[in-house]
Amino acid sequence: MSLTKEQIAQRIAREVKDGYYVNLGIGIPTLVANYVRDDIEVEFQSENGILGMGPFPYEGEEDPDLINAGKQTITALPGASFFDSAMSFGMIRGQHVDLTILGAMEVAQNGDIANWKIPGKMVKGMGGAMDLVASAENIIVAMIHTNRAGESKLLKRCTLPLTGVKCVKKIVTNLAVLEIKDEKFHLLERAPGVSIEEIQKATEGDLVIEGEIPEMKF
Amino acid sequence: MIRKTVANVQEACEGIEDGMTFMLGGFGLCGIPENIINELVRRNVQQITCISNYAGVDDFGLGLLLKKHQIKKMISSYVGENAEFERQMLSGEMEVELVPQGTLAQRCEAARTGIPAFFTPAGYGTEVAEGKETREFNGKMYVMEEAFKADFSFVKAWKGDEAGNLIFKGTARNFNPCMCGAAKITVAEVEELVPVGTLDPNHIHIPGIFVQRIFQGEKYEKRIEQLTVRKR
Repeated sequence: MSLTKEQIAQRIAREVKDGYYVNLGIGIPTLVANYVRDDIEVEFQSENGILGMGPFPYEGEEDPDLINAGKQTITALPGASFFDSAMSFGMIRGQHVDLTILGAMEVAQNGDIANWKIPGKMVKGMGGAMDLVASAENIIVAMIHTNRAGESKLLKRCTLPLTGVKCVKKIVTNLAVLEIKDEKFHLLERAPGVSIEEIQKATEGDLVIEGEIPEMKF
Repeated sequence: MIRKTVANVQEACEGIEDGMTFMLGGFGLCGIPENIINELVRRNVQQITCISNYAGVDDFGLGLLLKKHQIKKMISSYVGENAEFERQMLSGEMEVELVPQGTLAQRCEAARTGIPAFFTPAGYGTEVAEGKETREFNGKMYVMEEAFKADFSFVKAWKGDEAGNLIFKGTARNFNPCMCGAAKITVAEVEELVPVGTLDPNHIHIPGIFVQRIFQGEKYEKRIEQLTVRKR
């Protein structure tokens, strides 16, 4: 069985360590906050200007002056702070944020990522994604392994306009956990019940399989 | 004290002309200068270039200017959620420059702090870097980006005083401080305008030196774009 979006988030949450400042992108990455262990100290940064982002507000307590980068109403936890956009991206470029988790339309085996534009079809803009991927030491991509037509999104070379070059280190998909090393995808874990052959078939880029590949446990 | 107060939004917008470049604060619909946008619509100022992170939605924020075809060029980082924007961009009616969000903020910040250009890693190796100078520092590649030049900066703050000192609230701060002093004239609209001496100088986010005109806005709608709540 391939992972649900919630399970992808749950698996990524295990990569979040005590003391981390974490930036979560829109979509599956946002769900990661729900699965972080509660015995560790973690702060979420939203690039529109908050550190210490909390859960959605209770009904009736929403504040139009308090949103996240996905423009959703949120709350601020004790110890939170607000700041302007220049300082926010100063935190990001200055590598004070320990982990960036974001979605992708394509990832290449050299670590290139594309997630902001489909020429002639979709142009929504890059938002903060280019700043985040160009700056972060530690980037995890959350994505579905293949597109709706069943074609691989883990490629030898990206075909869409790039968001950043040689920056992705780790990928968690509905089928597998992979690492990018020496310009190749390295298979680390597979989804419960998903065979190595299935992963191989869904991966257009070079896939390195070394030793026993454990199943993820939930 | 140097007094920066003007009577109303009409006076605050004196000197605006067709073809000018404006900076407008806000992220999404949060912290946008609502009164000034309405005044720009009312004046029907034409052929404007807008530097703003976001283009509003179809019937609120900068979407109001878009609908009336007042915008010649938009410089933004994110323009989703606006069907009319996408239509005008794809049909070529409006020119669009997409800029990474951190670069957009820093190009404002650079303009207001007298830095003509800077190097950022954002966009290196992508179409954003095309035609721009790139350089290696400590083994990493960077793209040179230039400070913006604008005629007016329009910002929204929570509280302000007669001297133009500003305090922002929550994530409505966003691009507003970065745009203060980044254009020839900065106009601030505030929810609450107070006499000098009322605000604690320790709490000021933007000193009045960066602001030329200030007025108290009216009837803030503060529309929420994505209402997300949890059950008790």
